[in-house]
Amino acid sequence: MSIKIDPQKCVGCGKCLETCPGNLIFKNDESKAFIKYPSECWGCTACVKECPVQAINYYLGVDIGGKGTYLNTKKDKNLLHWHVFKPNNEEIIITTNEAEGNKY
Amino acid sequence: MKLETRILETDILVIGGGTAGCYAAVTLSKEEKNNIIVADKANIKRSGCLAAGVNAINAYINKGYTPEDFVDYVKKEAEGIIREDLVYSIAKNLNNVTKNMESIGLTILKDSQGEYVTRGKRSIKINGENIKPLLANEVNSKKNINVLNKVNIIDYIMQDDTIVGAYGFHIEENIFYVIYSKAVICTTGGASGLYKPNNPGFSRHKMWYSPFNTGAGYAMGIRAGAEMTSFEMRFIALRCKDTIAPTGTVAQGIGAKQVNASENEYVKDYGKPLTITRLYATVEENRKGQGPCYLKTKGISKEVEEELYKAYLNMAPAQTLKWIEDGSGPSMQNLEIEGTEPYIVGGHAASGYWIDVTRSTTIPGLYAAGDVAGGSPKKYVTGCFVEGEIAADAATEFIKNKKNKYISQEEINSKAIYLEDFLKDEESLFSINNVEEAMQKVMDEYAGGISKNYVFNTTRLHIASEKIEELLVISSKLRGEDMRELLQIYEVIDRLYVCKVLIVHLLSRKETRWKCYGENADYKEKDENLLKYVNSIYKDGKVQVVFRNLVKRDEVYEH
Repeated sequence: MSIKIDPQKCVGCGKCLETCPGNLIFKNDESKAFIKYPSECWGCTACVKECPVQAINYYLGVDIGGKGTYLNTKKDKNLLHWHVFKPNNEEIIITTNEAEGNKY
Repeated sequence: MKLETRILETDILVIGGGTAGCYAAVTLSKEEKNNIIVADKANIKRSGCLAAGVNAINAYINKGYTPEDFVDYVKKEAEGIIREDLVYSIAKNLNNVTKNMESIGLTILKDSQGEYVTRGKRSIKINGENIKPLLANEVNSKKNINVLNKVNIIDYIMQDDTIVGAYGFHIEENIFYVIYSKAVICTTGGASGLYKPNNPGFSRHKMWYSPFNTGAGYAMGIRAGAEMTSFEMRFIALRCKDTIAPTGTVAQGIGAKQVNASENEYVKDYGKPLTITRLYATVEENRKGQGPCYLKTKGISKEVEEELYKAYLNMAPAQTLKWIEDGSGPSMQNLEIEGTEPYIVGGHAASGYWIDVTRSTTIPGLYAAGDVAGGSPKKYVTGCFVEGEIAADAATEFIKNKKNKYISQEEINSKAIYLEDFLKDEESLFSINNVEEAMQKVMDEYAGGISKNYVFNTTRLHIASEKIEELLVISSKLRGEDMRELLQIYEVIDRLYVCKVLIVHLLSRKETRWKCYGENADYKEKDENLLKYVNSIYKDGKVQVVFRNLVKRDEVYEH
């Protein structure tokens, strides 16, 4: 369970390291965010949701069934679009709406 | 490394800005004269148990039910070992705090008549993905609250057995904090990471409870001599395998039954379907070679599956990702379930500070609320809000006509030097992670972890006790390179203190009151003479045990 931050996309805004509840994210010499303690990630996706440029990808460790699929999110007012990318390049988008209660 | 000392002063210090802490702070801020500091080792926007969100309010009094019913239910689930007075005080206010949360923006599912949509007798359906940012916004909007993010509180400052503040340090900058306050509300949550977890490798933090809830508040209280209760009522969750995501959404939400490898419904073979029974039955089925066990979801419609994907994204996104990763969702395959490692927590079980109904601990001026407060299991999120509110009102009353008290510069210096020792430029033989892993192995093997089907006995507990003592000695020689590592050192030390007290509690309850939570192979039955609380006080290096009589719902207990 962890995240990978794409240095090409990261704009160095620092929102992820401010928000991570485990204080696991730091900046490198080029002001790009990176996760220093990947195995300490709870998988809460707080950082993924903070990132304004979808630079943070969330994936399952291979020890819990990860095969390379990852997700990131894009916020649009009440809507949160969850973009899931499979290793075969298939993309699935699931949208949750914070104004709608869960049915189950 | 030299630390800069920063001295702050306030009326009330709230330690931990999670569920209970944020609610306490907002309640305190209503009294304009109150100056409040909230200290959190991370950032209150997503810190604590609700980082990813929460899918339902599971402590609520639905139409047709009463607070008395709620107390009866909790008492039955905990086999009688609850503080009825505390649970009752929570039950009476669950619906008020829910209303307040709705007023600050929490989405609650409603039917066409505008009534909340219920899930059973005590639950309502919400969208709680943003519950923590909503709370944090409230806290941050109050002028009389000063939030110190990334400040880790480590110990109370005591003077003549009364609390006068707390010590802490910044986890990024080399700053040592001395925070004076007239009252303190501890809301640091429970303790995870004591036992070897389900996924001990790369995904070791993919666990039920926040891995960042390290039992700091318990440890501070233990070291200061506060009375603690019911640590021996451990909590073990029944979860989705691997992702350790909640099962309630599937079990209660869509009514999926627990089945074994032969697709037989097995829970009914083990007695009444209490929370513990559902777990114990699963452990037993696996032990007998009849696992894996599942929630039977195969055959649900694609529409229901899509709603489950969304519900999990709103609280435990790993599970939705897992289904997609597997290439088949819950409509095509049953959902495998397993028990987690044991946790010490006052929100689901009853472990925590021994408090009175105002949430005052046995230390004058120190209040406890939420998962760190004992005696009231199944309080969950809304119960934590209620306790935060009660503690805040009591602390506001307590500080009236009181002035801050101060300690000597020598005392401050000696604490700073103590911390600086951990940051000396020396290499320690063992790493912080080595000690944490050793502790988890000891607890797993000798204090009833997953590998022992949660069962322990007196001989094993004595071995655990010896080994935890050895690790406590070793932990004092750990060295960190920076403040983040100092935080890790404190986390492992705090966990060791919790383990030390937990073992004494497990040894003291010479019965098996709860399967899995507290299953002692030397005493396999319930002993009605032990319808008492096991409490403890750490004094002069020893954990002293006190048995206390049960407190009924209309009794007024005073320290």
